[in-house]
This record gives sequence, C-alpha cells and structure tokens, in this order.
Amino acid sequence: MNGSMEFLLWTKGPMFDIALIVFALGLMARLAEIFLLGRAPNYAAPRGKEWHRGLRTLFTRNFPDPGTFQRAPFNVLVGWIWHLGFLVILLFFVPHVELAKGVLGIGWPTLPNPVIDLITGVTLVALIATLVHRLTHPVKRRISTSEDYLVWTLVFLVVLTGYLAYHRLVEPYPLVLGMHILSAELFLIALPFTKLTHIFTAFIARWYNGATFGRKGVQS
Amino acid sequence: MSELTLERGLAAFRAEIDGPVAAFFSSCVHCGLCAQACPFYLETGDPKYTPILKLEPLRLVWESQFTLWGRLKRLLGLTPKVTDAMLAEWEGLLYDSCTMCGRCSMVCPVGNDIYAMIRKAREGMVQSGHAPEGLIAAAVRAINTGSPMGLKWKTLAVQIKHVEESTGLQVPVDKEGVEYLVLLSSMEVINFPEYLEAITRIFDHAGVTWTLSTECFEATNAGIQIGNKDIAARLVERVVAAAERLAVSNVISPECGHAYTAIRWEGPNLIGRPYPFQVYHIIEVLDALRSAGRIHTEGKESDRLSMHDPCNLARKSGVIAEQRRLMDLVADNFVDLKEHGRFQWCCGAGGGVSSNERAEPLRMAAFRRKKAQIEEVAPERMVTMCATCRTQLEEGLEEFNMDIPVVGLTEMLAEHLVEQPRTPTEAQPEA
Repeated sequence: MNGSMEFLLWTKGPMFDIALIVFALGLMARLAEIFLLGRAPNYAAPRGKEWHRGLRTLFTRNFPDPGTFQRAPFNVLVGWIWHLGFLVILLFFVPHVELAKGVLGIGWPTLPNPVIDLITGVTLVALIATLVHRLTHPVKRRISTSEDYLVWTLVFLVVLTGYLAYHRLVEPYPLVLGMHILSAELFLIALPFTKLTHIFTAFIARWYNGATFGRKGVQS
Repeated sequence: MSELTLERGLAAFRAEIDGPVAAFFSSCVHCGLCAQACPFYLETGDPKYTPILKLEPLRLVWESQFTLWGRLKRLLGLTPKVTDAMLAEWEGLLYDSCTMCGRCSMVCPVGNDIYAMIRKAREGMVQSGHAPEGLIAAAVRAINTGSPMGLKWKTLAVQIKHVEESTGLQVPVDKEGVEYLVLLSSMEVINFPEYLEAITRIFDHAGVTWTLSTECFEATNAGIQIGNKDIAARLVERVVAAAERLAVSNVISPECGHAYTAIRWEGPNLIGRPYPFQVYHIIEVLDALRSAGRIHTEGKESDRLSMHDPCNLARKSGVIAEQRRLMDLVADNFVDLKEHGRFQWCCGAGGGVSSNERAEPLRMAAFRRKKAQIEEVAPERMVTMCATCRTQLEEGLEEFNMDIPVVGLTEMLAEHLVEQPRTPTEAQPEA
C-alpha cells in the first residue's frame, strides 16, 4: 500500500512536471520547425480570399464530403466516435475539471459520472475497432508503422486505466490511479514527437490547405 | 546538363520542404482516407497507390533533417535512408499513378495538401534521374521546339489558313496592343483544330480584339508535369516575353487544364514576379463575354449532355460555375455527373500520365471511375474543356465500346452564335 501511494505521489509530483516540460518544449520546437520554414511569397493574382477560406477549412474538414463518407463510413464514424468520446471525457469528467482548476485556476460545468462512464465504454470499443481496422484494411495495414501501434497503445492505456480506476477494478486504488496519470503523462511526452502532434498541427495544415485552395477561389 | 545524382535529388527534396509540408507530415495519422479519393487506388485495389504513401521519400527527408526527434533518430541510425533503389521504386508511384488531380487534398481530414507535395517531390525525382522517359522526351521537345509534341509554327500556319478559308475571317497574328493573346496546346492543334475556328468565330461575333504570337503559341508546360522548375520557368518566360512584346492586357489559356494552372498559378512564382497582364482560361473569358451581353446564341442542343470538369480547371482553379452558365446558354437537356465541380473525378490522364507510355494500363484503369460516373447518368454526349481530358475520354469510351461522342464546350458554343452580330447597344442586358 505504501509503495502504491509513493508511486501515485511521484506521478502527481515530479513526473507530472517532467511530462509538462517535455510536452511544452517539444511542442514549441515542432511549431518552430513549421513556422520558421514559412512559405515563399506568392506572386499569382488571387481569385479568392486566403485567410477567410483557410479559417473555414479549419471547421469544414471535421466533416467528410458525402462521397468519401459513403466509400468509408466505418473509418469516418469510428474515428469520429472515439475522438469525440476522448474529448468529452477529458474535458467534462469531474476530477479532470478539478485538475484544471488546480493547474489553471479555472473550471467549467461537468457531466454526471454515469454519462462519462458510458462514453468511456463506447470510446474503448471504438478504439479496439480502429485497431482491428488498422490490422485488417489493406490500405491501413500497408501504411501503418510501429509508431501507429505505439500511439494507439498510449491512447488506449489512458482511457483503459481511467476506466479501471473509476470502477476500482485494480487494487490498491492509488496504484491504478497512478497508472492512469502516468499513461496520460506518457501521452503528453510522446505528443510532440509522434503523429499525436496532429492535435495541434492539423489546424495549421487545414489552414494552409484552405488558404492555398481559397486563393484560387475554391473552398477546400 | 550536369549529371543527375541521388545527392542532387535529396538537395531538391530539401529545397522543396516548407512550412506547409512540415505541417502536413506532422499531421498525418495514417487514416488511409486519401486512398478513397484516388482513382488509381480505387480502380486497382492496390494499397501501394495510397496517395500519402507516394510521398514516403519526401517524408523521410523531412523527418530525418527537419525535425528534432528525426535528427536524433538519424544520428542513432534508426531512420531508413532514401536510396536510388527506393527512388526507382517510387518513380512509378509518383508519376505513373498520380495525375496530381488534387482530390486527396480535398478529402484528407487533417488537411494535407497531398497533390501539392507530389508536385514538389517530382522536383527531387528529376534531379536524381528518376523521371519517366516519355516526360523527359516531352520536356526536351518543349525546350527545343517550343512544343512538347514538336509542333512547329508552320503546321499551325496551315491550320490558320484552313480556318480563314472556312470562316471568311482573318486570324490575327502578331498584332500589338490587342485585348487578348491567345495560346493553344499542341494536342489541340493536332487533335481538335475546331477549337481555333470556334474562337475565331466567337471573338469576331463579340467584337474582341485578339492575336496569336509566332514567338509563342504553346500554353502547355512540360516542366511542370515532369517537375522541373528551371524548364517550367523557361517555358513561362516565353509566354511572358510574347505577351510583353505585343503589349496585350490579357493572356488566354486554351482548353487545357494543366496549361492553365501552370501559367495562372505557378507561372508568376516560377519567374519570381507578378505579370503585367491577366491570365484567363478560355471558359472564363467566354463567360465574361456572356455576362457582358456580348454573346448571342440561337437554338439549343436537345440531346442529353453531361460534363467532365477538368481537375485543373475546377478543383484546382475554382472555375466551376462558368462552364455551367455557358452550358445553360446552348443546352436544353444538361445533367451533371453525380460528383462534379471541386469533387469531380479525374479522367486519369493528367499530370503527365498521358505523356508517359509506360503508364497506359494504369491510365485506363483510372478511367474506369470516370466511366462508371458517366454510365450512372447515361448521357448521349459528354462536354469538356481540356484537350487531354477530351482525348482520354474519347480513348476510354472507345476502349469500353461506349458510343458517347465528346465535344469541347467552346466549339459547341460557336455553333450556336447568331449569324449577324448585333451592336452592343442592341444587346439585351442579362441577369
């Protein structure tokens, strides 16, 4: 019991600081890598608004065009479900908002625990579905790398340990809570160095895409 | 030309990596949705044609030399190196199975502009000596003769004579200070001479002053298809020089998709300065004339017509409504393909694929997507506005024994002109 308490305190203390620092520095480095490269000046006379269309694409790329949805409904829906689930749990579970209050000093409304519990179950199932899809769909299997499986494991562990901790399915409790916090910290540490960066860079990519097409008068 | 080497190829890859490329590679989650946008994957079912996979050499260069973690991995020898063998394998992926149609760029959920990166990657392929024979030959002919097909002015001069005889109108050549310099594509001159006759009639009808240039009549740009900025810039410079010499205020790109994107969007950046003139696709010019009330038509086509949007014109340049307004003018029974405009499907021949003989089986495979789209609406004829698309549609439809003629929109419009042009004061203003 003592050991598990020490472990929990370590994840909440020094490890938390390390994770935040690696995350912050790594992310800043990645953003600098992108923005310092910049873009060459464009001398072609524009046909449409770059900024406006770029910002619109930030939003519109959340939704596939009808044809793509028809061709890959499973890929789109399962992706949607687990992303939404993950976000809702992260942002609206009581202890997570308490953590935000502690670190950032601001809080916001939460969702009832049974709702979060249900969403967590759905998210876990959806995550397993994405893994099965990755292992079986010829395109996904061909383009997947070890990083894809590493990142999947990290994401899955974060949600799974959270579920186990909430239901007290592992004893002692400090051990499972510590495991949950540690997996979240590993997630943060990996974020700037893996495809997890898309959490931030996808919005930069979408803007560039929307702006490039927008300049030519096309909403992308 | 100095020798093409792997080192030069890698240097060209590095030179192409900019902020957007870094943002795109940082964001790819390997979801595989881009494959669902690619006719080459969809029609062959081979996952190696997944668009983002075609960029693996460029991605490796980015990862190992432009990211902190990648540099570390490279020091530890954990990153595979881009080798000549790898580029040889990727040549088929970057050229034979990609028309740079840009559909993947519209579909990628994280917003990766994949086709733009294909265009960039080809720069490295050329420098490392891994470009297809057919495209090299076209680029060499374009530099040496002015035309990727080796067409000379005297061939065009013969055609001009025919047009003048059949229309009774003069085809202006090297006229200074006119409104428009008209460019052509060699494929058009050879396969579709009716285009020149059509614009001669339409411009006379609308009272437009225009000219051809003996110095430069070719609009296509083999440098852009193969992926070589030096060649592309030299070809653009010829157009700019001709337009400047004749002091025209506008240059018209013909019914050719890539010629338009080449001169409209890439051209000024290739030569590093804005143009002293505007560039329009012929369809934009015709639609502007229509809306100014300068085109008067009579009668309409009554058979069931559908339309193929060239990728370069629609998705990559935003010319989508213009051709439909023109169709309305001359067609009674027009039906759009289900996915059209910015989400149209490529004909399978663009981006240099049609100049690359080796790619023919893939080109025909990719066409099957277009074929299915056409079958869905069962038109009696197809209309388009790009000579490459048109040739591909004709070949493809014939291959599958489908009796559907393909016509160019400009010539269809010319057939409906009112014989006696009215003066502008008589013109009925249009909505």
